[in-house]
Amino acid sequence: MNNYLSQASSKWLREDGPESDIVISSRIRLARNISDRPFTTLATDINQAQVLNAMQGAIQTPELAKMGPFDMLFMRELNDVGKQVLVEKHLISPALKESHNAAVVIRPDEEISIMVNEEDHLRIQCMLPGNQLDKAYELADQIDDALESNMDYAFDEEKGYLTACPTNVGTGLRASLMMHLPALVLTGQINRILTAVTQVGLAVRGIYGEGSDALGNLFQISNQVTLGHSEQDIIGNLEGVALQIIEHERAARQYLMRESKETIEDRICRSFGILAYARQMDSKEAMQRLSDVRLGIDLGIIKGVSAGILKELMVATQPGFLQQQYGSEMNPGLRDVKRAALIRERLRMDEANN
Amino acid sequence: MLCERCGKNDATVHYTEIVQGQKTVYHLCESCAREKGEETYKAMAGAFAFNQLWSGLLNFDNSLPQVANSPEPACETCGMTFSQFTKIGRFGCPDCYETFAARLEPLLKRIQSSDHHTGKVPKRQGGSISVKRELGKLKQEMQLSIMEERFEEAARLRDRIRYLEQQLGSQE
Ligand SMILES: [Zn+2]
Ligand SMILES: [Zn+2]
Repeated sequence: MNNYLSQASSKWLREDGPESDIVISSRIRLARNISDRPFTTLATDINQAQVLNAMQGAIQTPELAKMGPFDMLFMRELNDVGKQVLVEKHLISPALKESHNAAVVIRPDEEISIMVNEEDHLRIQCMLPGNQLDKAYELADQIDDALESNMDYAFDEEKGYLTACPTNVGTGLRASLMMHLPALVLTGQINRILTAVTQVGLAVRGIYGEGSDALGNLFQISNQVTLGHSEQDIIGNLEGVALQIIEHERAARQYLMRESKETIEDRICRSFGILAYARQMDSKEAMQRLSDVRLGIDLGIIKGVSAGILKELMVATQPGFLQQQYGSEMNPGLRDVKRAALIRERLRMDEANN
Repeated sequence: MLCERCGKNDATVHYTEIVQGQKTVYHLCESCAREKGEETYKAMAGAFAFNQLWSGLLNFDNSLPQVANSPEPACETCGMTFSQFTKIGRFGCPDCYETFAARLEPLLKRIQSSDHHTGKVPKRQGGSISVKRELGKLKQEMQLSIMEERFEEAARLRDRIRYLEQQLGSQE
C-alpha cells in the first residue's frame, strides 16, 4: 500500500515516452457497467457490495490475473491524506474519494487502475508517459476483454456500452493528452489554436490559470463524442489534431530561439535561479517556473536537470503529497515553505548526479 | 475582485475552461483554487463541465409537449422519471435508455455524432452482433461488385455471406 502513496511508483511520472518534450501523458478511460443492476446513482449499499464482490472475483480469474498482479484498495480503509495522494497521482477521481462503497484496483506500475462504484460501476483507466494513446488503448482493451470474459456488461446493440451519463454512452471512451505548450502561449498563438481544436469536436482546458496563460502552460485535450465513431476513429482524430499542435509548438520554439534568444534565455535562467534558492513558493509560481525550466531543458539552455522534473514536481508539490511527506496538517504558509524546500532538494539531486 | 466561490478573499487565480468553443472564466482565491485543483483530475478524466452543458441541453428540451395531469412515465426497472434524469444528468439503470429512447434521441444527435454505436462489441456477449455487422458490410460489397460487374468477386462474397448466415442460424 505504501508504494502507491510514494511518488516514484507511477510509470508515467518516472519514464518518458514518444514526443515527451511536448506530450506529458496519454490517458484512456473506458466506462463499463454490469448488466441488470442499477447504476451507482440509484444503487443501494447491497448493490454496491455486489459490484465490489464481482470485481474482487474478477481479479482472481486467470484472464485478469495474467495481466496483474493487482491490488484492490477500499476507500473506507484509507485515510484522507492517502486518498488525496491517489487523486493527485490521477489514480482515482475526487468523487471516488467521497464514496464509502468505492474501491480502486491498481497494478503496481500504476499504468492501469480500475475505479469501482464511481459514476459507472467500472472505469478502466490506462495512463502512459508521452504520446502513446494507441498503446494505452490496447492495454485498456485487453483489460476490458479480460473482465468481460467472466462478467456480463450492460450493452445494447444500437447504443453500445450503456453508461450512467449519456455523454459517455457508446464506446464509453475518453481519450486525453496532457500537453505542455509554453511557446504557443509566449507567442500568443494559443487561443487561436485552442479555439480551432474545440471546433473539431474536442474539449480543451487549461489545467490551472487563465486560458491563454494556463498555469504551467499545461493543457488537456480530449474527445467529446463517444457514440457514432469507432474507438480507432476517436483516437485517430485526437492524435491527428495533437500532431498538428506539436508541430506548431515546435515551430514556435524555434521562432523564439531565433527572434528573441536573450529574452527567452533570461526568463528561463531567472526561473531556474528562483527555484534553486527561493524559501517560499506558492503553487501558482511553482508551476510557472517549472514550466520555464522544462522549456529550458527542451531548448538545451539548461543542462544536467532531468526533463521529468515538471511532471514529477507538479504532482509532488500538491497538498496531499506534501502532507504525506511531512506528516502534519499544514496551513498554506507552511506548505509554501515546504514546497520551496522540496523543489530545492530535487534540483540538488540532479546536480549531485552529474 | 472577490473570489466567486467563497466571496471572502481576493480572487488571485483565474481559471478558464473551453468546452465546444464556449469559454468560462473562474475567478478564485488561492484556497478555493486549491480545491478546484482537485477537480483538475475531473478535467483530466474528462468527467466535466459536460454535465452542465448536458443539463443546459435538457432544459432546452423541456418544451416537449406534456400531457396535462397524466403522471410522468417512469422506468419500470428502477423508477426514475425523465424530469429526475434532467436534474441529475444520470440515468438510474441500463433500461432507462429503452424507456426514454424517444426523448433521448434528439439529445443524443445534438451532443453525440450519431445515435448508433459503431465501435467495440463485447467479445463473449456480443458474438452474433459482430457477425451481423460483418454480414451487413459484405452485402453492401456484394451489391457494389455486381453493379461494377466484378462477378467472380460477387460469387466469393455470396459464399461467405451464406456461410455466416448458416453460422448465425445455428447459434440462435
Ligand atoms: Zn475563495
Ligand atoms: Zn431505469
